Amino acid sequence: MDSLFDPLRDGVAMKEIKVLGTGCANCRTTARLLDEVARERAVEIRVEKVERIEDIVAAGVMRTPGVIVDGKLVHSGGIPAREAIAAWLRAA
Amino acid sequence: MTSLTAGVRRWPRQQPVLFLALATFAWSLAYRALIPLSEAIVAALPVERATPLGSALQFFFYDTPKVLLLLTGVVFVMGIVNSHFTAERTRALLAGRSEGVGNLMAAGLGTVTPFCSCSAVPLFIGFVQAGVPLGVTFSFLIAAPMVNEVALALLLAMFGWKIALLYMGLGLTVAIVAGWIIGRLQMDDQLERWVRDLRTGGSTFPDESPTWADRIRAGLDAVGTIVGRVWPYILAGIAIGAAIHGYVPQDFLASFMGREAWWAVPLAVVLGVPMYSNAAGILPVVEALLSKGAALGTALAFMMSVVALSLPEVVILRKVLRPRLIAAFIGVVAAGILIVGYVFNAVLD
Repeated sequence: MDSLFDPLRDGVAMKEIKVLGTGCANCRTTARLLDEVARERAVEIRVEKVERIEDIVAAGVMRTPGVIVDGKLVHSGGIPAREAIAAWLRAA
Repeated sequence: MTSLTAGVRRWPRQQPVLFLALATFAWSLAYRALIPLSEAIVAALPVERATPLGSALQFFFYDTPKVLLLLTGVVFVMGIVNSHFTAERTRALLAGRSEGVGNLMAAGLGTVTPFCSCSAVPLFIGFVQAGVPLGVTFSFLIAAPMVNEVALALLLAMFGWKIALLYMGLGLTVAIVAGWIIGRLQMDDQLERWVRDLRTGGSTFPDESPTWADRIRAGLDAVGTIVGRVWPYILAGIAIGAAIHGYVPQDFLASFMGREAWWAVPLAVVLGVPMYSNAAGILPVVEALLSKGAALGTALAFMMSVVALSLPEVVILRKVLRPRLIAAFIGVVAAGILIVGYVFNAVLD
């Protein structure tokens, strides 16, 4: 599967990712995992941390960390699995 | 990241039934081997058992593996149970619920809905916004830290199932009644203004239904994160407990933590508030206190106060609650714990 993966195409469409959380350990681990998987897969991402409680709640997140990929809430609560992150990065 | 480790990580999900059977078998084998093993370790130590050091070491080597093993088992099972209850689903169950029944359900759901303490504020707002009454939300928030898988596992390991059930029943009762009273106080105007004005963007997290393989993964994840997080607290707690066990004279505590001392329960509650620990760290200490003559009600009141009321939590809640509501929350919960302590001391020998 990975050999079919085209880094150039995904490199052009940089993914905007937001990690929503008040700065707890799980949130930091999530942001680090996102960076790691993106580097492994040669996908360009920009990670923004959303730490204001008002903004977190306004995004509809009840359990932190929440993850928003290109404007869509894809995860809430706990550290996401590597496979899940890879799937978010792959999806166009 | 070799294919081997990937395969090892994946097989519980491909063969969930086989994995569950093997895991149960391995766990019970380990549990049976435990007592002879820790006896052997203590016997091999070059200290007399009758000495303070010997009895402290025996306590440490006997309790540590037992507690960690029970904790792993209970956390795994609860991780699977928890996968049926997401915060979103719980909120939907509680929204618009009347008080009374709502408080009852909220306290029950608080014990099985997984959330970490750093999510307490977003969860609180999420509940209130979806129309869960304030008092019902509090029942949930009080029950969650007090009655959970870690407390259950440790109580089972150290005091047996009767005390474990009693603690859980009383913890739930405190959560239900305290939440109900807070609801009766009609303090909805005591939410911070920005919370009342807030409108969510409406994007809600999709509710997926997990497969058995997902649930096992959830159980393993729970073991990894929860046991991984609390084991240092447990070791520290057992070490303190072991020191009390070995060096504090028998019945030393009976005079001021015993049943005759009427002021022991309030003192235990007041001492518990500034202390911040989870059930994992505090229970080994409680066990040691009991063995030195402290009364059970006093010891359990102390534990409830430590886990249910804490200063860091109050600081976080202050972002959304006005001081009067925070004071009501602390006062009502502390009063509930106080009553539990007195009732326990009066009823039990």
